[in-house]
Amino acid sequence: MKKVIALVLAALMVFALVACNTSKDDPSTSAPDASSSSDATEKKTLVMATNATFPPYEYKDGDNFAGIDVEIAEKIAEKLGMTLEIQDVEFGSIVGGVQTGKFDIGMAGMTVTDERKQSVNFTDTYTTTKQVVIVKEDSAIKSLDDLKGDGSMKFGVQQDTTGDILASDTVDNGGYGEENVTRYKAATDTVQALKTGKVDAVIIDEAPAKSFVKSTDGLKILEGTWLEEQYAIAIAKDNTELLEKVNTALKELTEDGTVKSIIDKYIPAE
Amino acid sequence: MKEWFADLSKKFMLCFIDKGYWKWLVEGFRNSLVITFFAIIIGFVFGVVLATIRSSYDKNEETLKLRGGLGYWLLKIVNAISKIYITVVRGVPVVVQLMLWYFVILVSQDNGVIVAIVAFGFNSAAYVAEIFRGGIMSVDNGQFEAGRSLGFGYVRTMVHIIIPQAVKTVLPTLLNEVIALLKETSVAGYVGIMDLTKAGDLIRGRTFEAFMPLFAVAIIYLLTVIILTAVFTSIERRLRKSER
Repeated sequence: MKKVIALVLAALMVFALVACNTSKDDPSTSAPDASSSSDATEKKTLVMATNATFPPYEYKDGDNFAGIDVEIAEKIAEKLGMTLEIQDVEFGSIVGGVQTGKFDIGMAGMTVTDERKQSVNFTDTYTTTKQVVIVKEDSAIKSLDDLKGDGSMKFGVQQDTTGDILASDTVDNGGYGEENVTRYKAATDTVQALKTGKVDAVIIDEAPAKSFVKSTDGLKILEGTWLEEQYAIAIAKDNTELLEKVNTALKELTEDGTVKSIIDKYIPAE
Repeated sequence: MKEWFADLSKKFMLCFIDKGYWKWLVEGFRNSLVITFFAIIIGFVFGVVLATIRSSYDKNEETLKLRGGLGYWLLKIVNAISKIYITVVRGVPVVVQLMLWYFVILVSQDNGVIVAIVAFGFNSAAYVAEIFRGGIMSVDNGQFEAGRSLGFGYVRTMVHIIIPQAVKTVLPTLLNEVIALLKETSVAGYVGIMDLTKAGDLIRGRTFEAFMPLFAVAIIYLLTVIILTAVFTSIERRLRKSER
């Protein structure tokens, strides 16, 4: 009996070692490629980092990833003659991974800001979106003008998003003050917090807002636009070759109407 | 080399100084400490109670069974409940527990830090309970008999003789639990609390700079753990004086 156990344990250890090896191999083979951008042509996979909790830009549909960003990325990879590999990570980790070459591109409904530009390069923007505000149907907040940073209401945002950055700024700078903003890891959690009354209003992109309001009872979107912004793809600073290629591909895809048809597929015009 | 330093200092300014992001680290660190501190108190008190119940049952099952009566059944029931509690709490990831407390159980409590203290406290209690049970069981039965023969009641024997000895035995393991708890609070960000890890995450999200904030957060955790270890070691040394 003891021998059998020993044998099983030994087998497990071997497995563990093998498992370590393979998982370590992947990044190490891809990392040098990404950093020495010159041999990007030889690379066959385009690794895209995203945070798949953001419908309709990226979300999980069964076992697969779906959404506007995902489909556009697939088309770009096609143009570059590469296969797309998607890594689902936390929003805040995307750019760190792009910087270190763990991922080739970061695409997660990312807005271009000056601060972010200091760390990574952004491609041309591929879509313009609006930020809106969701409240409970019976909320005392009737319009965007009712939103105030005087402590009478709490705002929910997904951390690191533009909504977070702007809303948590001081009142003087057009925000609502950090103390009135609660940041959650996932967009779904902000809506959950709104439903359970932890926050009074959620600032979120229009498209996911629509899907959330549709799937959750008792919520509504306040009329009007809280903010308009543009999305782009993040690429490591030293990987200018890939940046050019992606920009060219994006341009072609925009010109032949592919980008628009993908967006229209997910966000039907009203 | 010079460039490298210039680049590093530029990044440092961007991550911590320019926009005052260091304040987030301070606030996050404070929250992490507050949550850990109060959670440990809850965990310790509740954990010792649980451990006493569990070990009382384990130690006295046979005698009590012979005596029978209400006391036996009461202890049996309380013991069973404690067992279920420990099993459930240890079997569910702490993030999931935290989310359950935040979104389901304590819906009306808006202060996330309080929810986190409760969640982490009751989580830690289960671990502390088992640590202490081990400690109590390790105290020689002779100590117990000695207490009883000196005329101490059961509770007094426990409080004055057994538990003090058990504390000494479990101190290193208890430090483990405290360290684990401190680091576990890094998931508090899931329910919108600004803890140390989240502060780092936020800076990362704002600046898109990975190394600096992560490194800063890592250093702060590490220093805290080193200080905690030093404190525990000195307590341990003092407690051991009586043995010499």
